[in-house]
Amino acid sequence: MIRIAILESLLLNSIMFVKDFLDRITGLFCFVVLYMNLRKFGCGSAALGGEIWMQVVVPIKQVPETKRVKMDEATGTVIRDGVESIVNPLDLYSIELALELKRRYGAEVIAVTMGPPKAVDALKEAVSMGCDSAVLISDPVFGGSDTWATSLILSESIKRIGYDIIICGERATDGDTGQVGPGVAAFLNLPVMTYVSKVEGVEGSVCTVERMVEDGYERLSCSLPLVLTVVKEVSDPGLPTLRGKQRAKAAVIPCWDHELLGIEPSDVGLPGSPTRVVKISKPKVTRQCQLCFAGDEQMADDSVDKLFKHLTRKELL
Amino acid sequence: MSHSGIWIVAEQRDGRVSRISYELLTRGLELAAKSGAKLSAMIFGNQIEDSGLQQLIECGADRVVCIEGAGLETFLIEPYAACMIKVIDKYKPEIIIAGATSSGRTLMPYVAIKHNTGLTADCTELDFEVGTGNLLQTRPAIGGNILATIKTPDHRPQMATVRPRSARPALIQPGRSGEIIRLKADSEMLKSRIIRQGFVANEDVVALADADTVVAVGRGIKKAENLAMINQLAALLGAAVGATRDVIDRGWMNYPHQIGLSGQTVTPKLYIGIGLSGTIQHLAGMQTAENIIAVNSDPEAQIFKVADFGIAGDLFEIVPLMIARLKRGQAL
Repeated sequence: MIRIAILESLLLNSIMFVKDFLDRITGLFCFVVLYMNLRKFGCGSAALGGEIWMQVVVPIKQVPETKRVKMDEATGTVIRDGVESIVNPLDLYSIELALELKRRYGAEVIAVTMGPPKAVDALKEAVSMGCDSAVLISDPVFGGSDTWATSLILSESIKRIGYDIIICGERATDGDTGQVGPGVAAFLNLPVMTYVSKVEGVEGSVCTVERMVEDGYERLSCSLPLVLTVVKEVSDPGLPTLRGKQRAKAAVIPCWDHELLGIEPSDVGLPGSPTRVVKISKPKVTRQCQLCFAGDEQMADDSVDKLFKHLTRKELL
Repeated sequence: MSHSGIWIVAEQRDGRVSRISYELLTRGLELAAKSGAKLSAMIFGNQIEDSGLQQLIECGADRVVCIEGAGLETFLIEPYAACMIKVIDKYKPEIIIAGATSSGRTLMPYVAIKHNTGLTADCTELDFEVGTGNLLQTRPAIGGNILATIKTPDHRPQMATVRPRSARPALIQPGRSGEIIRLKADSEMLKSRIIRQGFVANEDVVALADADTVVAVGRGIKKAENLAMINQLAALLGAAVGATRDVIDRGWMNYPHQIGLSGQTVTPKLYIGIGLSGTIQHLAGMQTAENIIAVNSDPEAQIFKVADFGIAGDLFEIVPLMIARLKRGQAL
C-alpha cells in the first residue's frame, strides 16, 4: 500500500514536474523539485526503516522590526515604510532546532515562507544559518490571507515539498496569533505538539519532547510525521557564517504561486479568509503616572511612603 | 439548523474545574446579557467532580456538556479536538470562547481549521456588531502598538480566545440551576498519536501567568546576586517573580520567568517593574496588568508612560525601603 501510494505520489509529482517544465521558470528550479522527490523516494523517510533520514520543513515569516514600528498618530495605523524587515525572532529557534536535528541524525532542512517577493531575504537568512534549501510562496492573490488561509497555503506548499517533521516558531511577533502551526497540522491531519522546550531525541521514528505548560513540563512522544511549535528554550540560534552567507547569495530560491500549488484564488487572500478586520485603533492611554523623584535619602523615603499610600488606597496590600 | 448559543471551553486539572473556566463565564455572561443567548460550557476530562460542574452552573452556565473517557485526563490535541468537534456538530454553537492557555491556544486553531471557521486570538474585548449581531473581537497586534477589531461574518461558530486573568471569575449565585450532560467519549474519539510520558511540575516558579501580583526585574539589577533582594520583596508580597529578556539572556534567571513578547503574558492585579525601562517587547507582556508600579533611575523611561505610580530613583535604595516597610507591616 505504502509503495503504491509513493509511486502514485511520485507519478503525480512527475506530472506536476512536467507541467512545471512546460509552464515555468528555470530548469534549475525543476531540478530542485526532482531532486527532492528522488531523495524522498530513494532514501525514504524514517518510517521506511533503515538509517533515519528526515525531511524537516521550517515555515518562517518575515516581520517588521517591532522596536521600530511607528504609529501614525492621526490615523491610528502602522507606518511600515522604511521599517526594516527581519526574520521573525521566534523563528530563529525553530530554524536552529532543525539544524540541530540535521547534525544529530542527518536531515534535509527546507525553509519556506509566504509573503511578498522581498520575503526572499528572510529565506536567504535561513539558508545562511544552514538550511539546505528554501521555497518562497508568493502571489498577489495570497495577500490579505488570515491564519486560516495562510495555514491552507503553507500546508499545500509543505505537501509539495515533502516532510517528516514541520517545525514552527511559537508565533510571529507582528500578528502574534500562534495559530498557523496548529493550523498547518490540522490541514495536513498531523499531530501537533506545541510550546516544545526540548527535543530529547528521535529514536526509530518516534520523537520525544518536553512541552512547556503553565505549571511545568510535559514529556510527550509521537511517531513521525508531526508538527512542532517551539519556544525559546528549545535551541540557541547561531549566527550566519561567512560560508553560509556565500551559500545564501548563490542559492536559487523558487517562487511558487497559486497555480503551481493548485489553489483556487477564492479559497485564499481576503475572499478565502473567514475573518475580517473591521477597524484598527490605537490603544487608549488611560494611565496617568504619578511620578515621584527620589533624588536623595529623604525623597526616597517620601516616595516609598507615597507608594504605600497608593497601594493601600487601591487595596493592593 | 442554524447556529445558536454562546459556549465556553472550560478546563480541568485532576478532575477539578480550573479558574480560567470561571473567567470565561464572566465573558460569556457579558455577551449573553447583551444578546439573550443561552450560555453553555463544554469540558473534557475523566471523572470530573460533580461539584465543579455544579459550580459552572452556579457561576452562570445554563448548560454544561462534559465529555469523559480514559485518555482525556490531560490535554492531547487529537482526542480533545475530536470531543470539541463532537460538541460543535451536535449543538452548533454560534460563539465559542476559550482561554489563551497552552491547551486553548493549541485546540482552538486546530479545530477552527477542521471546522473551516475563523478564530481570533487573545481578545481583550468582545462585543456585538450593531445590526448584524456578528461578534466583534478586539485584540492587540504588532507588539501591542495597535488594536485590531475583527469579525467572522459568514462562518460559524465564531471562535475567540481570551488571555487568562483578563477577566475576574464569575461570582457564584447559590441555588442557580441548569442542565448537566455527561457524555462518554467513544474509542474513535480517544485515539491519539501523541502519548504523554510524564510531567514535571515547576517547583521554583509560582505560575507567572496565574499570579495576582508580579514583581518583574530588568537589567538595572546589575548582577544575579542582587536578585535575592527582589525575591525577598516578592515573597513579602506573595508575588511571582518575572524578568525582562535582558535578564534571561544573561542567564540570571531561566526562561519560564521571562515576561514579554517572546515570553509570558501576565495580567496580574498588581505589577511592580524594577530596574527595567519598558521596551515595547516587555510592555506587550504586561501592559494589561490592572495596576502598574515602576521603579527606575531614568525618569524618561518608557515604563512610566504605562505606569500608575512610579518612583524615579535608585532601586538599591528604594527596594530595601519597600522590604523594610512590608516587614514592619507584618509585625503589626
